Amino acid sequence: MSETARGLRLATPRRSGAALFIGFLLGLAGGPAAAERLVLSVSQHDVRITSNFAGAELVLFGVAEGTTPGPYDVAITVRGPHETAVTWRKSQVLGLWINTESRTFVDTPSYLAVATNRPVDAIAAPEILRREQIGLARNILIQKVGPDFADVVPEEPFRAAFLRIKGAEGLYGEQPQGVLFLSDTAFRATFQVPGRARTGRYEVAAKLFRDGTMLAEAHTAFTIEKAGFEAQIAGFAENSGFFYGLAVACGALAVGFVANLMFRRD
Amino acid sequence: MTIYLPIAELPVAMFALFALGAAVGFVSGMFGVGGGFLMTPLLIFIGVPPAVAVASVSTHMAASSFSGALSYFRKGMVDISLSGVLLTGGLAGTVAGVAVFTLLRALGQVDLVIGISYVTLLSTLGLLMLSESLRAIARTRAGQPPLVRRPGTRAWFLRMPLKVRFRRSRIYVSLIPVVGLGFIIGFLGALLGIGGGFLLVPALIYMLRVPTQTAIGTSLVLTLVTMSMATVLQATVNGTVDAVLALILMVGGTMGAQFGARAGQGMKAEHLRLLLGLLVLGVGLRVGYDLVRTPGDIYAVTVQEQRATQHQPEGRP
Repeated sequence: MSETARGLRLATPRRSGAALFIGFLLGLAGGPAAAERLVLSVSQHDVRITSNFAGAELVLFGVAEGTTPGPYDVAITVRGPHETAVTWRKSQVLGLWINTESRTFVDTPSYLAVATNRPVDAIAAPEILRREQIGLARNILIQKVGPDFADVVPEEPFRAAFLRIKGAEGLYGEQPQGVLFLSDTAFRATFQVPGRARTGRYEVAAKLFRDGTMLAEAHTAFTIEKAGFEAQIAGFAENSGFFYGLAVACGALAVGFVANLMFRRD
Repeated sequence: MTIYLPIAELPVAMFALFALGAAVGFVSGMFGVGGGFLMTPLLIFIGVPPAVAVASVSTHMAASSFSGALSYFRKGMVDISLSGVLLTGGLAGTVAGVAVFTLLRALGQVDLVIGISYVTLLSTLGLLMLSESLRAIARTRAGQPPLVRRPGTRAWFLRMPLKVRFRRSRIYVSLIPVVGLGFIIGFLGALLGIGGGFLLVPALIYMLRVPTQTAIGTSLVLTLVTMSMATVLQATVNGTVDAVLALILMVGGTMGAQFGARAGQGMKAEHLRLLLGLLVLGVGLRVGYDLVRTPGDIYAVTVQEQRATQHQPEGRP
């Protein structure tokens, strides 16, 4: 892993150089190989949020190398920065719809995308998929139940609602045909990150299967961070909140003053 | 054309936001109210996190109230001592409001309490304004002269001890109801994310018998001070003030307010009050309808905390 990681960093993982890059990976695949290995690279390690940011598209390239290149299955999971979320359920009390029940999902990914080359259920046996957390239904989402923490059955309504709402926001998603094999061993997958995605580190995990057996796995990551003017504003607000507030308040008064002068009628 | 809001952390359509600011500004200029009770719900509706919406609207209101207050100040229609007394109550009310808000958020019932408060407050106020203005219009239609202020009819709360003369407002009243009024405005402002102008102006006019123009000018000064303070406080404590969002809103809002003020000047006072009454009642009923109707989705997700620390990917030692 460390050797390939070093090799990957030398290559320029840009989308335009994709063909060249795949060639490089294929060359790497010809090396000594005892068992299957998986090499991964993401098109952009550093997604920068500027003032016209409205989401990003990330392309992931990978190559499986092994003694018997055969029909492989690949499952890729991207997990965004973790956060704690509460799912509320309303019910009718005295004619009003009120939040009455809630489940707290502790330390769950703010972004979760799964891509596979064919429907997840066809790749491996349910217990393997569950162990490897492949697919939204099998990703462990820990709930706080009283003083304890537990994951619950996939059909649990709060969990289902959580997945549905996050899915509608474009933050959770599954692509059953999202991994495209370019040759017997090289593959590509595309992930959409919406504009409202959290900033931070996004972990990518890819798992290689053949005939229902997991052969190898590989990890990489990318970060989403604010850049330029956006980063300056956010940094100022975060590091010196009082002076930021003072500056914004003074700015507001200046705008009010200018507006008053501009539209003065007397 | 979208622009990324650095604190709210989402992209928005810039001109839509500008138009929103201008439309709310038009309404606030026309009726002499802050417009926070319209702006905050609309921002939440387009996806801005509620905490960021409340904080950034207060910045916007600081700008628009300063613009308005300057005009009234120049015309000598601001009662500085009255706004000072209101402010002392207002500060205490703000602290109490923030404390209650924090408590309710822990219980998960902020939405419900805000909803019910909006409905009660706006419907009551809207109905009062509506009936008052309709009676005024009916009197004018019947050819009767408008009611003048009668110095003899003084409510009991104005005759309480600690009486003070406010020269600009031409009133001589007890300090207790004035401080109490300030407290209620500050409390509701912090709890509901509204400037309170649409509450304070009628209260000053009908309860304390302050002349209409002075009531508006004084209310603007109070809004200016509380909203500037709210901006600094929110930025320091919660870090929820979005400068880009506030700037777009205030540029749209201050321009809209000027046109609104011009539109308002061409209308009779009782007609303006009728329209404002209808608007306030409408918003109240709309919020009430949301509480009663069967929601499209009975589930909702709120993010509780944000952890910047990076996590260990699963499957690794």
